[in-house]
Amino acid sequence: MVPNQQLLSKSPAVHNWLRVKKKFPHLWCPGCGDGIVLSSAILALDSLEYDKNDVVMVSGIGCAGRIPVYVDCNTLHTTHGRALTFATGIKLAKPHLKVMVFMGDGDALAIGGNHYIHAARRNIDLTVVVVNNNIYGMTGGQVSPTTPLSMKATTAIYGCIEQPFDPCELARSAGATFVARSTVYHVRHTEDMIRKGLEHKGFSLIEIISNCHTSYGRMNKLGDHITMIKHMRDNSVMIGPQLDQEKAQAEGKYILGVLHQDTSRPELCELYEEINKRGGTQ
Amino acid sequence: MVQAVPDMTIAPKVAIRLSGTGGQGLLLAGRILAEAAAIYDGLNAVQSNSYGPEARGGASRSEVVISPGEVDDLRCKRFDVLLCLSQKACDAYYSSLVEGGVLIVDSTNVTVVPTSRALELPMTRMAIEECGNRVVTNLIAVGAICGYTRMVTLEALVAAVESSLRADLVPMNVKAIKLGYAAAEKFVQDMSEKKRGQVRDYSFKGTQATP
Amino acid sequence: MSIKTGVPLLLSGNEAVAYGALAAGAKFYGGYPITPSTEIAEVMAAELPRIGGKFIQMEDEIASLGAVIGASIAGLKSFTATSGPGFSLMQEHIGFAAMAEVPCVIVDVMRGGPSTGLPTKTSQSDVMQAKYGSHGDYPSIAIAPSSVMECFTLTVKAFNLSEKYRIPVIILSDEIVGHMREKVILPGPDEIEVIDRMQPEVPPEWYQHYADTITGVSPMANFGEGYRFHITGLTHDVSGFPTERSDETTALLEKFRNKENHNTHDLLMVDEFCMEDADFCIVAYGSVGRSARQAVKMLRQEGVKAGMIRPQILWPFPKFPVENMLERVSHVLVPEMNVGQLRKEVERLACMPRGMIQGLNVLDPSFITAEQIHDKAMEMISKQK
Repeated sequence: MVPNQQLLSKSPAVHNWLRVKKKFPHLWCPGCGDGIVLSSAILALDSLEYDKNDVVMVSGIGCAGRIPVYVDCNTLHTTHGRALTFATGIKLAKPHLKVMVFMGDGDALAIGGNHYIHAARRNIDLTVVVVNNNIYGMTGGQVSPTTPLSMKATTAIYGCIEQPFDPCELARSAGATFVARSTVYHVRHTEDMIRKGLEHKGFSLIEIISNCHTSYGRMNKLGDHITMIKHMRDNSVMIGPQLDQEKAQAEGKYILGVLHQDTSRPELCELYEEINKRGGTQ
Repeated sequence: MVQAVPDMTIAPKVAIRLSGTGGQGLLLAGRILAEAAAIYDGLNAVQSNSYGPEARGGASRSEVVISPGEVDDLRCKRFDVLLCLSQKACDAYYSSLVEGGVLIVDSTNVTVVPTSRALELPMTRMAIEECGNRVVTNLIAVGAICGYTRMVTLEALVAAVESSLRADLVPMNVKAIKLGYAAAEKFVQDMSEKKRGQVRDYSFKGTQATP
Repeated sequence: MSIKTGVPLLLSGNEAVAYGALAAGAKFYGGYPITPSTEIAEVMAAELPRIGGKFIQMEDEIASLGAVIGASIAGLKSFTATSGPGFSLMQEHIGFAAMAEVPCVIVDVMRGGPSTGLPTKTSQSDVMQAKYGSHGDYPSIAIAPSSVMECFTLTVKAFNLSEKYRIPVIILSDEIVGHMREKVILPGPDEIEVIDRMQPEVPPEWYQHYADTITGVSPMANFGEGYRFHITGLTHDVSGFPTERSDETTALLEKFRNKENHNTHDLLMVDEFCMEDADFCIVAYGSVGRSARQAVKMLRQEGVKAGMIRPQILWPFPKFPVENMLERVSHVLVPEMNVGQLRKEVERLACMPRGMIQGLNVLDPSFITAEQIHDKAMEMISKQK
């Protein structure tokens, strides 16, 4: 899709941050949530007035892995599942850079599962956006570690029989110090969660529920992208003191908002700076 | 890159195998011996280790080849000098000693000695009784090897210990080296004239050391 | 460096690799413990924080090389060290580094394989993996040191080649070279040539990360320095963006091939010993090169006109000196601690009668001694008579 010039002129931030001349049309299906994630991320970065030269976007393989290529900053499209390892090297080498990582659910939690938990454990200051559409979209709809039980995929044609991961719970228990969830329906909220993640010093995980109507929706008769996004609207609840989380979970609702934040744990690069300052003395 | 005048002489050399059980400090012993020879006696040395997966208790070996010339034997199959700190090592490696080579055993642990011409010293007992700690058995052994063969000077050994160990450990280890060296010297003095004459000269005297 | 230069030291090969890396300007190490390479990580863990560098132990070898490439993209000279099983895991990112043209150095201290194999025993069986281990056609540079001193000097060389050609460089050490101790005198900083990656001279808006240049090597900007560009493992055009256009994809692979083809002289490093009048040539590398050198002396003492060719850079294979040698000698012996991986390269260049090129392939982990090489050489000569 070619960005609508009229829209671009209305949103100078998006225009400023996109590689408008070089990289469009993009490769996502019409109605894909990845574009919403991209624009939310850009608006979050722009609102924080970051210098484009100081922003690094790293991604793995898959539909979400193509997000950075459209952004006019330092962008790195790596191997499947390994984005966090490259990001770790970049952040340690130049701690002043703002390093964002974009991954899909298969990328982050299947092939990259080990890197995911270890990056969270280290509490290295990365802002990690996992776009969760419950499926491998780019390869045509295979079952992923977040495909819910009994849902169908081309490699689970009788229904998924494996228990899915909850990316947020996994990150939190592995040691992430900022964990948030949003959906592509909640555009402003998504932007807000990414902004809060960027502002947080430490490993930040933002799971964004997205739609893959082309594969997942079609195979599971969930309707088109509009129907799927409406489903997100109707099945989401915001976290807060009033929310009965257990009840919401039992009803299959998406719990959105900042699910966990711990500002007491020191960040890895800061700890390393301390060692560097001491000149390696014990 | 082509050498102008290749040196075709094969310099004299001594191959030493230090053997025993993992944890007896054989790797350090080999390192001290090699460092003394290479850094402080101006010779050349290659030191290598052979070890199993166990950190403690498995078979452990350290090997040193010393020569005044180039050393290109990174691993040897036969040795001129064999040190055994355990019976198992002695049984396993005695056959790797060249004919007429020197066998040195810790008689505290090695009770069945395959030859009557071995240098037998109760190294572990000496370490406990005279240095107050069995961990220096390895350096008593290194001292004994050099006291017997004269391949490396006592001064070089002491210098190697001083440069490679933590300062507070140096006195005890220097004492152990000297103890082993003196015990071996005495052993040679007490030998019969005939037996002493059969001991090969390992001192590299008269050979030109290459820098 | 917290190590003395200009005085004799007794260092292990692994320590010398680590200090060589520091002398070459390494500022980042990402690795995973594995015998027999771990000492390199241990030295770097102690030394890098002292000079403002970064050491990190990653969760596996894939992650290790990922972090190394990331740090290199951000501008630090970076490297990792491993052994067979870890080297297998790193192949994915060796391909990425070659594709994205990111300088980095990978030290493989070879041990017995396949699989877990013989962790504490030596081998030379990763020679082909160093060349062809990752998928696709990519250029390879592999370096094989045979002494502790070479562990230092060739590591500096590895970093220099890596930075100069924007290519991953592999150091094929082995358990014997890595763990043995020898006397070395390390050169001071003034005596070492250090090459850094070429920086762009154009303003950011003109910058192309993979620009087509006369030398075939593109200047390289680092992340976070004002040049905003895209790096991908996908086949890309000169600006770094993915492409499927046949002219662009072909040009990219040609560019990779030309890194080897256009720089054969610079990528040639061979130690020739007694080759002027040699009639019997031993081709050896790494630790076995030492035994071969001794064997040449033994054979010469017995009147055999023996010589040795020892490639210090194994990949690209030193075609010209080996071809030249093949025209002059009547026998070639290639002793290796594998089933004959490099011998096949020699045979490919030869038009000699059968049996004139032989291997001495010792697969037990006890090493190949000079005596074994000598005996095999005598057997080859006597059979011919």
